[in-house]
Parts: sequence; structure tokens; C-alpha cells
Amino acid sequence: MYRRESEDYSIRVEPYYAPQGSEIELFLSAHRNGIPVLLKGPTGCGKTRFMEYMAWKLNLPLVTVACHDDLTASDLVGRYLIVGGETQWVDGPLARAVRVGGICYLDEIVEARKDTTVVIHPLADNRRALPVEKTGELLHAPDSFNLTISYNPGYQSVLKDLKQSTRQRFLSLEFDYPENELEQSILMHEAKVDREIASTLVRFGVMTRNLKGSGLEEGASTRLLVHAAKLIVFGIAPLDACNASITQTLTDDPENLTAIREMASSLF
Amino acid sequence: MRRQLRAVQIEEKLDELLGAVLSPSRTASGLARKLSGLEKEQQEFALHWAGVISRSNSEMAYQFVDHVCDGFRLMDMDDVTKWIIEAMDVYDRQGLYPGSASLREVETYAAKLSQKRHSVPFEDVVGILNKYVKGVSGRDLDIQSDAQAWTDTETIYLPTSFKWFDSEQLNFQLYKATGTFLLAQTRYGTFRVDPNTGVPFVCAAIAQYRDPTRALRIFESVEHMRLLSLMQAELPGLVRQMGELSASADSSLEIDGLSELLEPIRRPDSDVMDSIRILNELYHRNINVPESACYQGIVDLEKIRHVTRKRVDREKEKFRSDLAMLAESLAGPDENNEGEQGKVNVTFAVDEDDAGESEMMLMLDGQPVVLPEDMAQTANSIIQDFGEIPQEYLVPAGDGQYRKDLQADEEPPEEKKNKTEGMFYYDEWDFRRRHYRKNWCELRELDIHPSNEQVVEAILNKYSHLVRDIRKSFEALRGDNKMLRRQTNGDDIDIDAIVESYPDIHEGNEVTDRLFIKSGRLERNLAVVFMVDLSGSTKGWINDAERESLVLLSEALQTLGDRYAIYGFSGMTRKRCELYRIKTFEESYDSTVKARIAGIKPQDYTRMGVIIRHLTRKLIEVDARTRVLITISDGKPDDYDGYRGEYGIEDTRQALMEAKHAGIHPYCITIDSQAHDYLPHMYGHVNYTVVSDVRGLPLKVSDIYRKLTT
Repeated sequence: MYRRESEDYSIRVEPYYAPQGSEIELFLSAHRNGIPVLLKGPTGCGKTRFMEYMAWKLNLPLVTVACHDDLTASDLVGRYLIVGGETQWVDGPLARAVRVGGICYLDEIVEARKDTTVVIHPLADNRRALPVEKTGELLHAPDSFNLTISYNPGYQSVLKDLKQSTRQRFLSLEFDYPENELEQSILMHEAKVDREIASTLVRFGVMTRNLKGSGLEEGASTRLLVHAAKLIVFGIAPLDACNASITQTLTDDPENLTAIREMASSLF
Repeated sequence: MRRQLRAVQIEEKLDELLGAVLSPSRTASGLARKLSGLEKEQQEFALHWAGVISRSNSEMAYQFVDHVCDGFRLMDMDDVTKWIIEAMDVYDRQGLYPGSASLREVETYAAKLSQKRHSVPFEDVVGILNKYVKGVSGRDLDIQSDAQAWTDTETIYLPTSFKWFDSEQLNFQLYKATGTFLLAQTRYGTFRVDPNTGVPFVCAAIAQYRDPTRALRIFESVEHMRLLSLMQAELPGLVRQMGELSASADSSLEIDGLSELLEPIRRPDSDVMDSIRILNELYHRNINVPESACYQGIVDLEKIRHVTRKRVDREKEKFRSDLAMLAESLAGPDENNEGEQGKVNVTFAVDEDDAGESEMMLMLDGQPVVLPEDMAQTANSIIQDFGEIPQEYLVPAGDGQYRKDLQADEEPPEEKKNKTEGMFYYDEWDFRRRHYRKNWCELRELDIHPSNEQVVEAILNKYSHLVRDIRKSFEALRGDNKMLRRQTNGDDIDIDAIVESYPDIHEGNEVTDRLFIKSGRLERNLAVVFMVDLSGSTKGWINDAERESLVLLSEALQTLGDRYAIYGFSGMTRKRCELYRIKTFEESYDSTVKARIAGIKPQDYTRMGVIIRHLTRKLIEVDARTRVLITISDGKPDDYDGYRGEYGIEDTRQALMEAKHAGIHPYCITIDSQAHDYLPHMYGHVNYTVVSDVRGLPLKVSDIYRKLTT
């Protein structure tokens, strides 16, 4: 049963990933040494894509959990269901990943309830075990298992901070928007735009990122730039594409909207 | 179909209305003929108003009928009404002659109206332009309004309004084009400074010509072409728009061999010297200097020379004294070798890597040193002026003013310790010694002098619609529901609980009654202290804005039920640090608190470290899961006795770190546009917000608080 499920989580086609630095080597050696990994970085800069790539490279199933504020420990570990008048235990995503020795990726971990983060503690230190309270089992993680969590240090809420006791178990990889050249080639690869449009879009991205902290919460992510590029390739006029996929997505404030729209019209 | 009135019919009515000012030599028949050419609706409008006006004055009515046809030709009916009302207003206030004159001058009125309609005032665009310029350049350049468009390389001045085009859209584009063009002047070094004289190259070059006005005009036109060709690479869309804006102007130079001559300024690495060389070529030829484009602004050499001079001196001094401090701090805490500073060997280099990112390298006695952020910024500005860091800048300043300030009174305050009641003593961090000065600051808690609480009511009235919005959004926050599992009663069945108790049900054991899910309110358990800057610099607008912010915030927090306290702070020197109680945790938001909020007044200086330490202590005493310390400020920490610059920033930073270690989340809301230079260092990159417009503060503070705590 688990075998079949784990196959569903495996990634068969090589995902496109352009490294920003030495993150691939760092991740590989963290995995080899059984150290869990924390990915830090703004939204849309390639964290999830990186995980897909690593899962493919290590040939391991990737179980991704998008954390939300009602995510409980039993959502992660598992629960009993009633089947034909009998209770039957069903593993949660974390337990499943531990059993098959895959990669468990908890996206935006700070969104989850605080008690949830404590569940991963024994998995994230040298015990490398997941106690399943309800069944009394102690799942020992095989060597191939890896736990990775991500969070965005740019969020300002004081209620969503990662506790030291959690973060000090992890190896931290910092992600940011790629350098101009690299981001340009990502756009060219992902959306098949020509070099000129790609470089203009990248410059647009940088301009919006300059506004972070003075009006915008975040600048345009690489993901948004890819969206715009795809629309342009599809035949949408560049200004309309930027407006729909970047400007309007970033803000609702009329002053910001005008300023960003004018930046786009200066560029194209 | 309604038919127009014929001239005869009109004349009849006019005779009736205007009888008093008609005579055999001044009949209504001419007027009637004019009106007969109008549409039915317009005729009725004219006769109606003629009647209304004649009740005030018949001569005014006569003049009106005489000119109303011109009015309809030039304006639509709404504007004609405006014209009538304005003329009647003039009549009421100034009498018949000016009144009828303003009816006669219908063409002037119409022209003025159309111009006003399309003109775009500076205030409407400055917010947008600020963001636009910041986005495009990545720098905080100041934008101000002035009679003309120009830049002194520190500030971009734009006219108070643009009415060049008869469309608002185009006038706005003109603002944008002008702003960006002036930005390009500073970015591409139009006013680069000669390191030998401290004067921009262009000022010296123009002064050499017999006809400096002509020389300047030629230079502006050549430099214009150079900047356009540089901008073409980065902002092609804007250059196209600029072309459309200035399409009517003839800005082409026509002489033999022009393209070879202009070749140097078409290169991507051109600089202002190329333009000056071309100016020299062109000046001696007999050419017509082209008109300047509408977005070009003016170049005021005198003002630029003045501003540059001042900046160059200031930055030289700053760079050299920073260098001295850097050298000293590298020499280590051993202070015996003070006399030897100034003898260090300094070199400076800028490396440009493949990606075009430049990195500054400072070598002190052969040791590479990373520049502190504000020093790097000075260095950048100097490089923008000179293209490099001139040699004489690399000599550290002698015994700096800075040090003397601090050593002025260093006798320990031990003897006064604990003598005064209500006095608190706090350590202060000296970043150069890397240790604390023990019991350095004396702090008192004072009550703020209450003022009339009506002020608060007035503020609530002023923002009444906003207060409603704020309450609503905070209520939504409070109602942030959580599913409470395993309850004895509730809206839904808890499947997990049922499943768990399934064996009990099966075996006939007693089953728990906690089988329901209830949605309950999330316990926020949050305590927050607001620390409000009452320094002298907050006088006026800022103080008002702070007061309004506090009122709106209190409303919001009242809705939310978070525990909060508000303190104001100020003081002068370490012996007199003052904390003003506005609202303590224990007090409720009542008339006393309102009166205190009304009574906040600007005081003296801002010594932040000691205040943060004191409030940290207060916050720790409160039992809460999350503790937040929010500073509302207008600038850097600053006190009379040397608590400024790096010293003040480092002490504040240290105090904030202490707070963080104690589990407190510090956050800063500031209106200082320079804040990006030092706040990240003090509070961390995500723990502050700059509110660019003071008037926006009251709205922003509640908004920020809401975002911060969800």
C-alpha cells in the first residue's frame, strides 16, 4: 500500500532549476548527514521548485504539505478512521514520508499552529524518530528521509515567528530573487521569451523590489515575472501583461498602482 | 419636436426683462437676432438667466444676453452657469462695472477654465513620483516643488503645476518625463565635480565662453542628446513617450558632419566631458541652437555650484572623520596609541564584477575593511560627484570633534545613586569601548500635563468614517475563529473524537461527552507598549499626527481588547531622561487618558536606548504570550551630549537586542525618509515601516498594527 502511494509522490521528469549558489551541494550533504533543512526566502523565488529538483535528483518521493493555521499535529501524523465498524489507522503525510524514507516538505511552517511545530522536533534532531502517540509507535526514519521546512522572513507579523528551539535544529539555506542575468535566463527558459523582453521584465522586477518597505509589502517575485512573460509570448501586449500579472497583483493602493504602471510604461 | 423661438418672440420677452436699460437707440432687436440662432434649450436657459439676473440688475442682464452666445460657443452649459455665477459674485462684491466686465470677458474666462481643467498640480503627483523615482533609481531622492524644473543633484525640483498640454494625462506624463530626465542628469553625472577645484566641470567650462548663455544652451542641447541615448538602453518606453511629448518642438541640430561629431555621446560609456568637448566644437560654428524640449527643465549653474560646494565640504569632512573612527576601532580597545592615528595608510578601490555590481574595497594599512553602511553611502555619493574617491579624502581626520563631545563629562554618577525617589538608572552601551557605561542614564517617569479632552472628540469627528472602518476591520480580527475540538457542546460532531472513543462505544464503556466541535474566539494574549517620540523636532504637523494616531489606535485597540500602554519620551542629556505616562497597562481608556493624549507636546531630545530598556522592564512584568514594543518616531536617536550618529544608533540597537533577548518584538514606525539608512541596522530589515507622508500617519499606524499582529 505504501509502496503504491510513494510512487505517486515521485518526480519523473527533471524539473528546470537554475542554482543561485551552492544550495544544491549544501542540500545534498545535509541529506547525506541526516540534517534537516530550513529554506528562507520571499514568496515566488524558487523554494518549491528547488525541492522538486532535489527530490528528482535524489530519486526520492516528495511529500509537500502547505501549512495553514488550522493544521493540527494529527493532520501531519495521522488519525483513525472507521472502516466497516472497525477503527483503522491512516498515516498522515509526515508519517508516510518517514515510513518510505522520502522527503517531507512543510511549506510556510509558521502558518501552522504552534503545537504542530513541536511534533517535528524529535524528527529534526539526532533521534530522527516520529512518535505516533495514538498508536504508541515510534517510527524511526531511514537514512534517506529528509525533513525540509520553509518560511518567509519578510512577513512582519509578530505572531508568526519561528521559535529558536525549532530553527536551531536546521541547516538554513537562504533564497532570494536571482541575480539579473540568472533571472533573465530563467524567464527565457520558463516562458520562452526572447532576451530583450526577459531583460526588460527583470529590470521591471528590480524596480518594484526597490519599493519594498515604502509602499509595497513585497516586490514582484520571479514567479510573477514568469507569468507576465508567458502572457507576452501568448500575444498579450507587454503593458497589459505586466498590469494584469504584476502591477494589480502587487497592490490595491491607487498611488502605488499608478507609480508601478508608469514604471512599466517607461520600460516598454 | 420643440421649435426654436423666433427673433420676434424673443424680442418681446427681452423688452419685458430688460426694459429699464433699453432706449430707442439701444433696442433688444439685435440681441433677439443673436439668440434666435441658438438651440431651443439654450434659448430657454438664456431667457431664464436673463430674468434671474435682471432682478439684481438690468444692465448685468443686458450684458449677459449680449455675450451668452459667445459663452455657448466656447463652453458647455455647466461651464456657462459657472461663468454667470462667478460674474454675479463679482457684481455683488465689486459693483456693476467689474461685474459687467467679467461678463464681457467670456473668452478669457473660457480659456482659463480649460487650462485649469487640464493642469495637473504638483501635490496630486508628488506621492506617485516619489515612488516612481524610488523604484526606477533605487534611491530616496527628495522631490520638491519650485517655480522651474531643475535639480541640484540632491533634490529634484518640479513646477507647482503643469498645464503645457490640454490633457491631464499628457501633463502627468510631462511630470514623469521631467522627473526622470532630471534623475538621469544626476545618475549619468551631468554635474560631475572636478576633484581639483570642487566645482562641477560644466560650471567651469561654461564660464570660459564670451557668451555663457549661448554656451549653456548648446551644452544643454548636447547633454540632452547624450542622456537620451543612455536612457534609450534602460527606459525605451519613456524615451518614446518623451519623443511624443516634445514632437512639436524643433530640437534637431543641422550641420555638416554632425553624426561623426556626436559619435562620442552615443556610446554607452559617454560622460559629461564628451558633451563639453562637443560644446567647444559647436560654439565656434554658426549654428542655430535648437529649442529645448518641454521636459528638459533648466540648468541653474550658480545654484548647482553652491549646493555642490557645500555637499563636497560636508562629505569630505564626514568621510574623513568616519575613516578616523574606523581606524581607531580597528586599532582595538587599547587607547594608549591615540596620538598615532592619521598615520594609517589608506587605499580605496571599486571593483566591478561581471554582473555590473560594484563593490567597494577599503584597505587600511593593507587590511581590507568592509565599509559601514552609512559610510558606504557617503562614499557612493562622493563617487557620483567625482567618479572616484580623491586621494585627500583618504586621510583620516585628526582627533575628531566626536570624541571630545563624549569625554566632556565622564565622572560616574555613583554618588547620586538612589537619592531621588522615582528615579531609575540604566546602563548605556558604548560601541567603541564595547562595554556598558554603568548606571549612565537617569530616568524619571512623569505625568503628562492633561489638556482638554474635547480635542480627542474633535479628532474622532474628523475621522468619523475612518474610525468606523477601523473598528470594523479590528472586529474582524477579534472574531478570528478557531475550531475548538473535543467540546461538550457545539455546532458539529468531532469525528476524530468519535473515532477515538469508538472502542469504548464498542465495549460498552463509559463514553466521553467531549464529542463536539465549537468555533470559539482565539485568545490573542498580546501586550503592546507604544513609545511615542516627543522630541523637539516633532513640533507642528508631526505632533498633531502623532496625537491623531494615538486616538485612532486607542479606538482600534479598545475594540480588539489587546492590553496596551502608551508612553511619550524625551529628555536632555543622560541626567534628564524623561518618560511621560499617557496610558499605563492598568489604566483604562477614559477621560483622563484622553486628556493626556490631547496634552502631548514636543519637548527636547531623543535618547532612545534608556527608554527602550525601561519599557522592556515594564513589558516583562506583564503576563502575555506575545509582547510588542512599537516606537513611533521622526528620526534618528539624538541627544545633546554626544548621543548621536553611530554612538546613538549603536546604543539603541543594543537596547533593542536586549529587548529581543527578553522575548519582546520591537517594531518602529517612522516618518523619516532617510530611515532606510539606519533602521534596518537597528530594528532588522522587516521590523520597521516608513510612512512617507505625515498626514498619512494616523491611518497607517492602526493599519500597521493590524498587519503586525495577524
